[in-house]
Amino acid sequence: MCGIVGLFLKNKALEPALGDMLSKMLVTMSARGPDSAGVAVYGGGNSDKVKLTLRAEESASVDVLAKDLTTTLGVPVELSIRANHIVASLPRAAEAAALQWVKARAGQVQLVSVGTHMEIYKDVGLPEHVVSEFALSAMQGSHGIGHTRMATESAVTINGAHPFSTGEDQCLVHNGSLSNHNSIRRTLVREGMTFSTQNDSEVAAGYLTWRMRKGDSLKQSLTSSLKDLDGFFTFVVGTRNGFAVLRDPISCKPAIMAESDDYVAFGSEYRALSVLPAIEKARVFEPEPATVYAWERS
Amino acid sequence: MPVCDLAVSSVRELNQALHRLSPDTNETAWEIDNPQGKHAIGVGINVPVEIDIKGHVGYYCAGMNKHASVRIHGNAGTGVAENMMSGTVHVMGDASQSAGATGCGGLLIIDGDASARCGISMKGIDILVKGSIGSMSAFMAQAGNLVVLGNAGEALGDSIYEATIFVRGQVKSLGADCIEKPMTDEDRERLAGLLGRAGLDDAKVDDFRMYGSARELYHFHVDNAASY
Repeated sequence: MCGIVGLFLKNKALEPALGDMLSKMLVTMSARGPDSAGVAVYGGGNSDKVKLTLRAEESASVDVLAKDLTTTLGVPVELSIRANHIVASLPRAAEAAALQWVKARAGQVQLVSVGTHMEIYKDVGLPEHVVSEFALSAMQGSHGIGHTRMATESAVTINGAHPFSTGEDQCLVHNGSLSNHNSIRRTLVREGMTFSTQNDSEVAAGYLTWRMRKGDSLKQSLTSSLKDLDGFFTFVVGTRNGFAVLRDPISCKPAIMAESDDYVAFGSEYRALSVLPAIEKARVFEPEPATVYAWERS
Repeated sequence: MPVCDLAVSSVRELNQALHRLSPDTNETAWEIDNPQGKHAIGVGINVPVEIDIKGHVGYYCAGMNKHASVRIHGNAGTGVAENMMSGTVHVMGDASQSAGATGCGGLLIIDGDASARCGISMKGIDILVKGSIGSMSAFMAQAGNLVVLGNAGEALGDSIYEATIFVRGQVKSLGADCIEKPMTDEDRERLAGLLGRAGLDDAKVDDFRMYGSARELYHFHVDNAASY
């Protein structure tokens, strides 16, 4: 069992409230996933700069790391620190040096995501705790996805927490379990993809990234995943300007959606949608099995 | 009339209050406000009371219902009226998966659509869906009637025993051992009675097709011994 939520705003006027709405949705899913929680938020940014989300390991100090990064790169770096996460916005030209810096500090710092707009925050503990630790309620943005985890088959660690990001501004949350993730992972590694965990959901994220690198749209990548991924899944996926949902052909895991002129929202249960403004006016529906639902902002 | 606001009271408090009612109670009409998709609302009621739930409910609403008449003014989550014994449950919106699962009696009416596995393992309940139903509905259904005014998804009635399915729209595919059967006068009368109970007197019995078990799967055939 796990809880997943997603929110894609159509009405720009709601963007200052994205974090608040997403936080409330996430907390309603505590009973489905009390072990750890995570969110991806698509906030401000521009294509000239790269936004890296970094996580300091337990022993390391975020302040020391942040300072070290700025000094090493020798270029202006915009830093935002929330608990043990650092979001560093830096010029494109400094990206390779920054990734090298991360690599050299293995054991002290982890790379969580790379993008221009997306930031990812995750930690172990109750969703309520995770939401307040990162001050998620105050975040602004156009869309976001979140996950509350109840670990059933592997340890409760930050690395096992969703969302997973395997490509620029791409992320995925997953409720379910894949049965052929090892063979898909081997195929993708041969194709040049890298994975940082043994988690099946990271393979799903990697698969979609691989398809999109090959030229697929978000919708096409999910359609082809129906052929290649075997197991139980409800996926909610975010890209820089897109948001999509897919359930396995026997709809093993729960899903409910709402759409209005203001937003598209996803929840594992209706409780997650009940906290949204004017939900009583939205069209509430259950997504069909093996059907890709995708929205894209132009 | 007792009114319970679930924004203030817990579901446990509500259900305990409902379980305390005696069969001859005078508190026969209840209103439940702000259900907000909460689970297990009105589970295990055992008295003939009328309950109006004003909003969407979560999982297992009115499960194991006996005698009560429950109206849900909204959508219902997974397993609405599961294992119902008697009484009526009326969902005025859509129902999620496994609506009426394992129900032994009573009537479940769904005004909208029901998703996958509607009436799974039903054991005598009557289910009437005014919209369409999802895939794998009436899987291993043992007794009772499932009436659908819209369409049915894939694998309808897979491994069905002695329940009967009536569908007015299209059936995407039939599951193993489920076949279309000719309607007898007795079947027509039964269907007309069910439509009448749901206030659908205008619906024409002959617009429906009837499905049930070919009885090939659950009888052991010695000729097939080599296949096992």
